[in-house]
Amino acid sequence: MAKITYIEFGGTEHAVDVRNGLSVMEGAIKNNVPGIDADCGGACACATCHVYVDEAWREKTGTASAMEESMLDFAQNVEPNSRLSCQIRVTDALDGLIVRLPEDQH
Amino acid sequence: MDGPGVVIVGAGHAGGSAAAYLRQYGHHGPITLIGDEPCLPYQRPPLSKAWLKGEVGEEELQLRPPGFYEDQAIAVRLGATASRIDRAAKTVWLTDGAAIPYDKLILATGARARRLPAPGADLQGVFTLRTTADAEAIKAELAPGRRVMIVGGGYVGLEVAASARTLGAEVTVIEREPRLLARVAGEALSGFFHSYHGARGVRFVLGGAVSAIEGRAGRACAVVLDHGERLPCDVVLVGVGAVPNEALAQQAGLPCEDGVVVDLQSRTEDADIYAIGDLTRRPLPLYGRSFRLESVPAALEQAKQAAADITGHKPPAPEVPWFWSDQYDLKLQLAGLPFDVDRLVVRGEPSTARFAVFHMSGDLIQAVEAVNAPAEFMGGRQLIGARRPVARERLADPAISMKEVAA
Repeated sequence: MAKITYIEFGGTEHAVDVRNGLSVMEGAIKNNVPGIDADCGGACACATCHVYVDEAWREKTGTASAMEESMLDFAQNVEPNSRLSCQIRVTDALDGLIVRLPEDQH
Repeated sequence: MDGPGVVIVGAGHAGGSAAAYLRQYGHHGPITLIGDEPCLPYQRPPLSKAWLKGEVGEEELQLRPPGFYEDQAIAVRLGATASRIDRAAKTVWLTDGAAIPYDKLILATGARARRLPAPGADLQGVFTLRTTADAEAIKAELAPGRRVMIVGGGYVGLEVAASARTLGAEVTVIEREPRLLARVAGEALSGFFHSYHGARGVRFVLGGAVSAIEGRAGRACAVVLDHGERLPCDVVLVGVGAVPNEALAQQAGLPCEDGVVVDLQSRTEDADIYAIGDLTRRPLPLYGRSFRLESVPAALEQAKQAAADITGHKPPAPEVPWFWSDQYDLKLQLAGLPFDVDRLVVRGEPSTARFAVFHMSGDLIQAVEAVNAPAEFMGGRQLIGARRPVARERLADPAISMKEVAA
């Protein structure tokens, strides 16, 4: 279980508990956090679950696969800490994770 | 605010998402979600893929967790079928006699699997795949050595073929057209899937029309083709397309043309009735025509459109139609629609299982089919949406990155 804080583009924070094994994307969807669309349901096919990982957490969330990199390459407003949240698996090590959401997902 | 609020008929991907977006966009009034299946909204795409192979369970399939609907004050009526809409009284009638009034109504009744118009199609052991109930019945039939006959070489058929082979079943795909995916994909992609599946033990009968399914003791035991060939089997999966569930809309007098006709905000002719998802025929300004898209992304886009229109929220940005398919270790991503195409440009080498096919109309990309090629998919999708001309030679040259091509 990990407490994850999702911060909307406008600043609204959502701190929710997400169980191990789910993705950071699923944690948002299951709690109706606005700002993550996840059109493909986690198949790494759409890039509509783009998040910015808080600097302090970049190492623990790992690095993007080549597939994810390619998808991110064409997403809007990509930063070095951009990830697709469907590709980040929740473990105890991510307890306290903070991710920020882009203005929109296109 | 109280009152009748928003009633959503259909608790699939479209209907379930519309309820969630209404709350996200600030709708405070009542929401009633009516579904004829016995279960809460779930994702259908994994039914032919990860779920069928046992890689994801029921929880991952659910669109939202069970507590979500109560938390969000969404009243859910499952196992309930709407039989009639009274537009003057703004009321939906259910088959059990219940009358549900609405301020705004969203129709999301989806589509149903087309039946095979052949004798024996109703035998035991003949399946279509649309619902979790269908998928559970099919899953129980798939085991090493079972002979699976798949009628229809479209996406559902090929996805089940891949999953069934992974589970060790013997698979034959029968396709009426001379090539796979004939109605939806270019020849390069058809040929690629043919050889990729073939190399993994799937047998194909192309140009083969099914004249009957034979039974023994009430259960399918063979598929008979129109030229007389008889293919023995244990299980038959029919994947020959879907038909929109538009009876309710027709009864209500809403214009239907193979799909309920809607505008760019998913409004029907009635200002208080929206229609979203597989059910609808929607305008596609990029292609100057209307079309019935059958895809999750289209359903989600329309769920957002309807929810935004009802709540006064900013409408979602228009999307280029897209979808995806997973087969074996292949990720196929498609964007756009291959209308008015005069040439195909292949980028990359299909034999490497990493390539893309661009459907061109002059110098404009109309559609892209990308196999394990996410940059081509993403770049192609952006170029399609922007209607920006592209030099074919640059597109065909893998030495020039998609980022540069799209820049």
